Amino acid sequence: MIPARAGIIFTQASFMEFFTISLLNGLSYGLLLFMLSSGLTLIFSMMGVLNFAHASLYMLGAYFAYTISDAIGYFPALLIAPILVGALGVAFERFCLRKVHAFGHVPELLITFGLSYVILELTQLVWGRSSVDYRVPQLLEGALFTIFDTQFPKYKAFMMFIALAMLMSLYLLVKKTRIGLVIQAALTHPEAVETLGHNVPRIFMLVFGGGAALAGLAGVIGGNAFVTEPGMAAAVGPVIFVVVVVGGMGSLAGAFLASILIGVMQTFAVAIDTSFMSSLAQIGVVITPETFGYPLWKLKISQCAPILPFLLLVLILIFRPKGLLGSREG
Amino acid sequence: MRRTVLKTLTLTAFAASMSLAFAQQAAKPAPAAKPAAAAAPAAKGPLMGETVRIAHIDPFSGPFANVGTNQLKSWQFVAERFAGAKNPAGVTFQVLPFDNKGSPQESLNALKAATDQGIRYVTQGNGSGAAAAIIDAVNKHNERNPGKEVVYINYAAVDPALTNERCSFWHFRLDADTSMKMEALTSYMKDEKGVKNVYLINQNYSHGQQVANFFKAGMTRKRPDVKIVGEDLHPLGQVKDFAPYVAKIKAAGADAIVTGNWGTDMTLLVKALNDAGMKIPLYAYYAGVTGTPTALGQGKDMNVSQVAISHSNFTGELREIRDEFKKKHNDDYYTFQTLLGINMLAQGMANAKSSDPLKVAMAMEGMTFKGLGAEAKMRKEDHQLQQHMYISKWTKANAKNPYSEENTGFNFNPIKTLEPYVSSTPTSCQMKRPS
Repeated sequence: MIPARAGIIFTQASFMEFFTISLLNGLSYGLLLFMLSSGLTLIFSMMGVLNFAHASLYMLGAYFAYTISDAIGYFPALLIAPILVGALGVAFERFCLRKVHAFGHVPELLITFGLSYVILELTQLVWGRSSVDYRVPQLLEGALFTIFDTQFPKYKAFMMFIALAMLMSLYLLVKKTRIGLVIQAALTHPEAVETLGHNVPRIFMLVFGGGAALAGLAGVIGGNAFVTEPGMAAAVGPVIFVVVVVGGMGSLAGAFLASILIGVMQTFAVAIDTSFMSSLAQIGVVITPETFGYPLWKLKISQCAPILPFLLLVLILIFRPKGLLGSREG
Repeated sequence: MRRTVLKTLTLTAFAASMSLAFAQQAAKPAPAAKPAAAAAPAAKGPLMGETVRIAHIDPFSGPFANVGTNQLKSWQFVAERFAGAKNPAGVTFQVLPFDNKGSPQESLNALKAATDQGIRYVTQGNGSGAAAAIIDAVNKHNERNPGKEVVYINYAAVDPALTNERCSFWHFRLDADTSMKMEALTSYMKDEKGVKNVYLINQNYSHGQQVANFFKAGMTRKRPDVKIVGEDLHPLGQVKDFAPYVAKIKAAGADAIVTGNWGTDMTLLVKALNDAGMKIPLYAYYAGVTGTPTALGQGKDMNVSQVAISHSNFTGELREIRDEFKKKHNDDYYTFQTLLGINMLAQGMANAKSSDPLKVAMAMEGMTFKGLGAEAKMRKEDHQLQQHMYISKWTKANAKNPYSEENTGFNFNPIKTLEPYVSSTPTSCQMKRPS
C-alpha cells in the first residue's frame, strides 16, 4: 500500500499561498459568524434573553432572500429580507416575549426555543424539506483577484465587505448616537433610564428587531455562499452560541474577536494532519492498530476541526468564565 | 356560516369520491378486454392485476433530501412506466417513501413503519451505514416472522462488506460496490499519464474510507509510481465550505483528485474547486447526482471523469426513459438502478409465479435479467449484480449526444466500457439460506 504522507510538505511559495488563502477564507467565515452572533449578543446584553431562535432567523433571512431575489433581484433582497426578518423580530418581541418577560428568564428561553421549532416546521412547509437553488448574483460571480495562482472569489470579498460595513455602522450607532447612548444606559440601568422618560420596553423591542435583522442579513449573505436548506439553522446554531460565550456574554468586541478566532482556527485546523500517533512517533513511541484506543490515537487534527469550537467553549468556561472580553462574571 | 362551510365540504368530498369511483370503473374494463383479444394468458404475466408495494427508505429531509427526492421520483417513474402488462410478471409496483433523515437509527424506524403496513419489499440506497442497519433488521425480522419475510433491494449503498462479511440472503445489490468501481476506475487511471500525485478527499464513514482504501490498493498494483500526496476524511454532510480543503489540495501539489463524495458534499466540493480556479482532473463516483452537474456547469471546462454502471448517452429505450423523465419532472433520471430493480423484481416474480418475498428471493438468486443495454446477472453467492461499467467524461453536448444534464449543455459521455468480468471481484460471503 502507498503510504500517505503525514501532512503536507510545504515549499516556501506554496506555504505563502496556502497561508494567505486560508487566512482569507478564515476571515470571511469569521466575519459571517460575527454578523450572526452580533445580533445574538446585542439581544443578550440588553434583555438578558438568550435567543434560541437566532439561527432560525438567519435561515429565514436566507429563504426570504431566495424568494425575493427570484422575483425582483438580489440587491433589493439584500435590503428587504433583513427588514422583513427584523419586523418579524419586533412582532415576536411585542406579542410573545414581552408577555412572558414578567415570569423570568426560563419562560423567555423556552419561548424562543419554541419559536425555533415553529420557524423550522413552517419553513419546511413553505419551501420544502430539500435545499433551494439560491444563487450568487451574476455580478458577484467569478474571481476577484488571483494570489499566486489561486483565485479568490468576488462573493467572499463582498461578504467580508458587508460584515465590516455592518460592524462599523453598529459601532457608530452604539457609541456615537443618542439612541446608542440610551441603549447603553438601558443595558445597565433600565430603571434610571425609564425615570428619565425613555420608553425602555420600546427600546428592547427595537433591539430585538435590530438583532433579528442582523441575523436576517447574515442569512442573505450566507445562504447563497453555502447552502439554503432547513438544516442550516441547526448547523450554525451551536457555533454562534460558542462565539457569544467565548467572546464574553454581551460584549460586541468580544464577539468580533471570538468569531475571527473561531473562523481562522477552524480553517487552519483542516490543514493540520498531525495526530497523537504521529507526534508520539517522533519521540519514539510506536502505536499500532493493536494498541488500546487506536482509533483515538490516529485521529488527525483536520478530522477534529468541526469540534474545535466546542473544545474552546469548554476551556473558556473552565479558565475564564466571563469570556475573552466579557465584563460580568458567570 | 359554519353550516355552509360544512355543506360545501361534504359536497366536495362526495364529488371527489364519485369521480374516484367513476375513474376506477372507467379503468376497469380495459384490462378485462385485453385477455380476450390476446387469448394468451402466459404472455400477460402470471400475476396480472396484483399490486406490490415497495417501501423506499432514504433521506427525504436534511442535507441529502434533494438526492432522495430525485430517486423516489425515479422509482415511481419506472414503476409506473412498467406497470401491469408492461412487465413479465404483470404486477403493478407502487413505491412509497419513508424518510430516514439519512440516519441508520431512523432507517430502523422507517423499516418498522413499512413492515407494520404490511409492505414486504424495501429499497434503500443512500448511505452504507443505513444499509447495514437495514440488513441486520431485515435478518432479524425474517427470522422472527416466518411467512412475513421482507426482501431488501439495495440500489446504491456500495460498501463491499454488505455482500461479503455482512451478506444476507434477503439483500440484493444492484449497484457495483466500491471494490468493483475502484477496479474499473484504476484500470482506466493507470493509462492516464498525467496522473502522478493524487489527493483523496472523502466522507468520513464506511463508504468514504473504503473509496480511499480500495483506490490505494488498486493503484499500488497497477501504477506503483503514483503518489498519494494527501488524504482527507471530512464529516458527512456537515461541511458547508470546502475552500479550506481546496487550499490544502493545492498546497499538497496534487495533479488529480479522487473522491467518492455524493450529494451536497460533492456539489460544494466542486463549487469550492471552481471558486479557487482549480482545474486539475477530478475522478468521481457521483458527479451526475442532483445538484452536482449544475455546479460543474458553472465551471465550464472542468475535467471530470465518473465511474458508474450508467452514463448520459444510452440509446433506445433507456434514452426514452431519460427524455420522458425530463419532460415530466424537468429533472434528470440518473439512478438507472431503479430500472434494474423493477426489471429484477418483475422477472423474479414471473419466474416464481408468486409475489411472496421468499419465493421471489429464491428465484432472483443467480437469475439473468434485462440490464442496461445488456443482460445482467444476480450472482448467487453474494447477491451482487454483475454488469457492465462505464467511465464517462463531462463533455459538451453535441448533435449525436444531445442530452443536457441539469440543463447545463453538458453530459457524461462514455469513453470506456468495461465488461462485467473486469470489475468483478471475489466474495467471501458465507450465505445462510432459509431451509
